Amino acid sequence: MSAVLEKPQATAVVTPVNYLLHLADNAVVLGQRNAEWCGHGPIIEEDLALANMSLDLIGQARLLYSQAAELLGNGATEDTLAYFRDVPDFRNYTLLELPHHSALVGYAKTDLDYGTTIARNFLYAALMVPMWSQLQTAADPALAGIAAKSLKEASYHLRHSRDWLVRLGDGTEESHARMQAALTHLMPYTQEFWTHTALEKEAEAAGVHLDWVQLAADWNALVDDALAEATLTRPAATGYVTQGKAGLHSEHLGFLLAEMQSLTRAHPGATW
Amino acid sequence: MTLSLDEVWTMLDGVADPEIPVVSLRELGILRDVRQGAEGLEVVITPTYSGCPAMAQMADDVAAALTRHGLTGKVVTQLSPAWTTDWISDAAREKLRAYGIAPPHAARCATGNGTTASTDAARAHVLQFLPGAARHTPAVACPQCGSQDTVESSRFGSTACKALYRCLACQEPFDYFKPY
Repeated sequence: MSAVLEKPQATAVVTPVNYLLHLADNAVVLGQRNAEWCGHGPIIEEDLALANMSLDLIGQARLLYSQAAELLGNGATEDTLAYFRDVPDFRNYTLLELPHHSALVGYAKTDLDYGTTIARNFLYAALMVPMWSQLQTAADPALAGIAAKSLKEASYHLRHSRDWLVRLGDGTEESHARMQAALTHLMPYTQEFWTHTALEKEAEAAGVHLDWVQLAADWNALVDDALAEATLTRPAATGYVTQGKAGLHSEHLGFLLAEMQSLTRAHPGATW
Repeated sequence: MTLSLDEVWTMLDGVADPEIPVVSLRELGILRDVRQGAEGLEVVITPTYSGCPAMAQMADDVAAALTRHGLTGKVVTQLSPAWTTDWISDAAREKLRAYGIAPPHAARCATGNGTTASTDAARAHVLQFLPGAARHTPAVACPQCGSQDTVESSRFGSTACKALYRCLACQEPFDYFKPY
């Protein structure tokens, strides 16, 4: 960005870099993943919609990375944080890096499954709307400003994914079955939303307060309400609990980052 | 050369939006403040959407305008309060309409959909992937012919801030600046 980000009044509360990176990595990884639909959308309206929403997510990531870079100093910028960190440094939920298909489908790009995309976007947006909503009153004014901005965008991301969740779930036999399969595949990954790790503890100790009980209640209500309207069954969220937040990722993140970072790494410091 | 803050405001009136050159950044509500900071002049702008690719261009255009007038200063991005289409001035709304972009309704706007039987019949022939969504949107007047007989074809259009509409009276497609 060529403009300087406004420095809010100095306060006691500064969101820890790790937490900012967690929020930023979530946004950039999902933004990059969804951008894979650009030029391949099922219909042109959806192609445009996903590209636009990726732009929102990448924009949110830029704001968060810029704030983290400011705190880190030492030459860090939004670009060094997005392009020159490797898989174990990324703090995103594992859910967001998964490919657009279930574990049982092949890995060809032609196997992109829109049901998986919609289910993931819905599960994440249903978390971020109440989370940004809480964070917009965060004691750290820098985080509060980003949250207020992101909340507006997350709200229409939720509306978009919910619309399609209902349309496909309550659609044909085929669309219903694929939507249900996508949810069954992804739901276990949402367990990571609720684990209380060093990341959350550090943020809490620094004064970033989130009411996790309320957050889980809000998320559950959004999910149950949408699934009921979509005539879908809520799958169990059991089994292995992913640890993307701690830098332990699936095999898919490396490929995603390789594609995202290759140009910058091939031409470090290039400008135009 | 020194200008008063009011004169700087007036001078910056001439900085147009890079995407929609008929309106200025000030009219769109993007230009938030001009103030004297500790290290000189500060021009405060706020992003429309977080990912708007035009933001860097806007900051460059403001900086260039300052330089052209022999002023030194910096452009500061402020996130809070978050930008809303409600800040777009009435004059700018008219300019948008004349330019072919339907101006936004109030961001918190009551729905009122003046459909007629003939409209409903016409709507039935329009391919809509999200008919439910289109039904809940208040009528948007066509910027070409003024008819309220329009349908949303896609909630996302050429840019993040616009939706794609079609007029059923004059058959022209048009952009609608989304309330945000």
